[in-house]
Amino acid sequence: MSHHIVELNDVHFQYPDGTEALKGITFRIIHGESVGIAGANGMGKTTLLLNLSGQLIPTKGEIVIGEVTLGRKTKQEIRKKVGFVFQRTDDQLFMPTVYEDVAFGPINLGLSEEKVEERVKSALDMVGCFNLRNRPPHRLSEGQKRAVAIATVMAMDPDILVMDEPASNLDPKSRRQLINLLKGFKHTKIIASHDLDLIQDVCKRCIIIREGKVAADGTTEEILSNETLLKENSLELPLSRQCLTIRQTS
Amino acid sequence: MTFDSEYFNLGYLDTLSYKKTFVHRLDPRVKILVSFAFIIFVVSFPKYEFGALMPFFLYPVFLLTAGNIPLRAIAKKVLFISPFAVFIGIFNPLLDTKVILAPFGIPVSGGWISFFSIIVKFILTVSTALLLIAVTSFPGICEALARMKLPKIFVIQLLFLYRYIFVVLDVALRMIRAREARSFGKRGREIKNFIRLISVLLVRSVERAERIYQAMLSRGFRGEIRVLKRHRLRYYDILFAIISIAMFYIFRNFPVVNFIGNSLSRISK
Amino acid sequence: MHMADALLSPAVGGALWAGTLAAIIYSAKQLREKMDDKMVPLMGVLGAFIFAGQMINFTIPMTGSSGHIGGGMLLAIILGPYAAFLVIASVLVIQALFFADGGLLALGANIWNLGIYPCFIGYPLIYRTIVRGSASPKLITFASVLSVVAGLQLGALSVVLETKLSGITELPFNTFFVLMQPIHLAIGVIEGVITAGIVIYVRTLRPDIVDDLEGVKTLSSGGSLKKVLVITAVLAVITGGALSWLASTHPDGLEWSIEKIYGKPEVPQKQNPISENLSKLQEKTAVLPDYSLPSKGEEENPSWPAVNPGRSISGILGGIMVLVVILLFGIGIKAMRKFREKT
Repeated sequence: MSHHIVELNDVHFQYPDGTEALKGITFRIIHGESVGIAGANGMGKTTLLLNLSGQLIPTKGEIVIGEVTLGRKTKQEIRKKVGFVFQRTDDQLFMPTVYEDVAFGPINLGLSEEKVEERVKSALDMVGCFNLRNRPPHRLSEGQKRAVAIATVMAMDPDILVMDEPASNLDPKSRRQLINLLKGFKHTKIIASHDLDLIQDVCKRCIIIREGKVAADGTTEEILSNETLLKENSLELPLSRQCLTIRQTS
Repeated sequence: MTFDSEYFNLGYLDTLSYKKTFVHRLDPRVKILVSFAFIIFVVSFPKYEFGALMPFFLYPVFLLTAGNIPLRAIAKKVLFISPFAVFIGIFNPLLDTKVILAPFGIPVSGGWISFFSIIVKFILTVSTALLLIAVTSFPGICEALARMKLPKIFVIQLLFLYRYIFVVLDVALRMIRAREARSFGKRGREIKNFIRLISVLLVRSVERAERIYQAMLSRGFRGEIRVLKRHRLRYYDILFAIISIAMFYIFRNFPVVNFIGNSLSRISK
Repeated sequence: MHMADALLSPAVGGALWAGTLAAIIYSAKQLREKMDDKMVPLMGVLGAFIFAGQMINFTIPMTGSSGHIGGGMLLAIILGPYAAFLVIASVLVIQALFFADGGLLALGANIWNLGIYPCFIGYPLIYRTIVRGSASPKLITFASVLSVVAGLQLGALSVVLETKLSGITELPFNTFFVLMQPIHLAIGVIEGVITAGIVIYVRTLRPDIVDDLEGVKTLSSGGSLKKVLVITAVLAVITGGALSWLASTHPDGLEWSIEKIYGKPEVPQKQNPISENLSKLQEKTAVLPDYSLPSKGEEENPSWPAVNPGRSISGILGGIMVLVVILLFGIGIKAMRKFREKT
């Protein structure tokens, strides 16, 4: 399934004000992989995700998704392949009701009315929120909003799922539900988060970004147990591992 | 009123509008049309009319009871009568002192009659506006506007406005709390601080709009948004419209209350 | 300075609704032609912003009392006249529904008074002619105060005219005028200073918000259409107003004025379904004779609005009876529902 490969070659990105957020990022993700992206604030995680999903276009280097190289002409095609769940659910859910919000993408894909309805139902069922379909977003809990935000993206039937801080502002129970939901998806997943426990639970691979470059890339197991590497990147061992270390030392 | 209580009120009316009673299910177009007709019938009464306005209370009372809306939700607002209407109306009794009525020997000037007429009209029209939104969800109103052929861009941005009112109010509320927490007494409310606060709120709002646009793009937005059609015109929608407007027409054009008043005085005699 | 339904006659309210609808349709058309897709969410969020901003109070210098902003000119500066007008209209729609500020008939008048003047007079004719490119803070303040004051003075004048022409208040025009204008002069100066303050401050944070979008912000070159709109709308107000003024003295009252207004072709937006419905309704309400006109009786008095005393007392008595019955009916249903919910 070569068309689900994500390939970045020396990707640079500079904002119009001159800030260079990405300074040469190279990696390759194959079909079905789940990759966590970690790093301190302001190191370029979000910029990287915006590039990956065709919201921004690299100023240098290339991003290839499937067989398509990201450029001005192909960004619409890339956006169809890559489903992006934004950090702030209030910005992602902009329509007056849950149903309309989930239907927004499929309608833009030009699907027939029945097809749209089908997609909306299956996407909402997938996240267990079909009963919320007539609610306005401002009457949902943060956990429900997050689930619906994922449904809006799933309704577009993307090949690759990209998420920015999916667990922020969630209470522990909603966070656990989200993790179980994400584990169930067979899609290629790219998740940026400070929540290393979430990355540990959901992702097999982890990439650490520092100052717009790849600082480390390996299995989650190997990276999240390397305390010195994490410290260098203003991160800490996942809580579950901290308990383990305490138990071992005592 | 304080920011908190206004915010609460807005949310409360909004919650009510998602109930599922008979009047909530009526086609929003019909409700808008009938409410407009109601207001026009009410304000078309001449300024010395008072008694004949009373039967019109039937409509707001009907919406209130059939829509299962708590009286308090509406009464609080209405009793807080618009200072402007009273301000204008109160000049009538001062300037128009010609006695035109003397019930039980008490002389009443035309000015007082027209003042009370303004107040009654005010209560009727204002409570109807509030009840309209209490029994119709805002997306329903927008759907009706779109189907009444108002420009689409107007309707769409109205939907966006509704969607983000609660979000932006929440941000504003947090900023005000922060202002109050650090300004003891009045100092924090100076114009200089106010300008800063509003400017920051403005920039944050613009940034939010930019993020929303990105979210729209990532889901294939190309300039078209469809307004969902939730309602179909059914026979009881039409029945509701016909009955209500017919009643308004009768109340407006036939001396219903005089008839009742006369028969009453005849009986008492 | 929100107008209220209770102070308007159907003719004045209807005429202003027609003018307002025409302006909404025209602005939407202008926007559709040259709008960036980005504007749609921006308009919505800024509407929410103005709504929230109006709920935040500040202390008015030297008085100690608190006030809030209107924000019309601020919107015009950020969004340009057409988009700003639609946003102001939307904010007023929400206020009319959720806060009952004025009412539904007065909504047309309120959109007119608070939207048309800042967007189509204050901003393009005053602010934009003074502020071009990178103006100094002093110039921005000057332009902002001047344009806001002009907009508010016109708005306040309109309120006076609309109320007066509706013939419901006894307040003489001069007194009313003298009451309204100076207050709004003071409000205008404060609002102008604050608007300028925000523009200047935002310029340091995100200059593109207040400077950019030149193309969209200026009024279209198709000025002839604009003129037609302005002239027809102003005509609508004047005819509507003048006719209902007449109506308050003319024996035949409202019927006559409404027939005149809606029988004539100058009324704009006849093809619009809403204003059509409105006018039809108004005709219906007015065509039948007004029963409060004395038809027979001891003291025949032909000049309207004379009231037959005997009839009116019975009217008031009957009216109060009817009200009591309606309220009892409402309370009864409520009680029954509560009872049913409990069992």
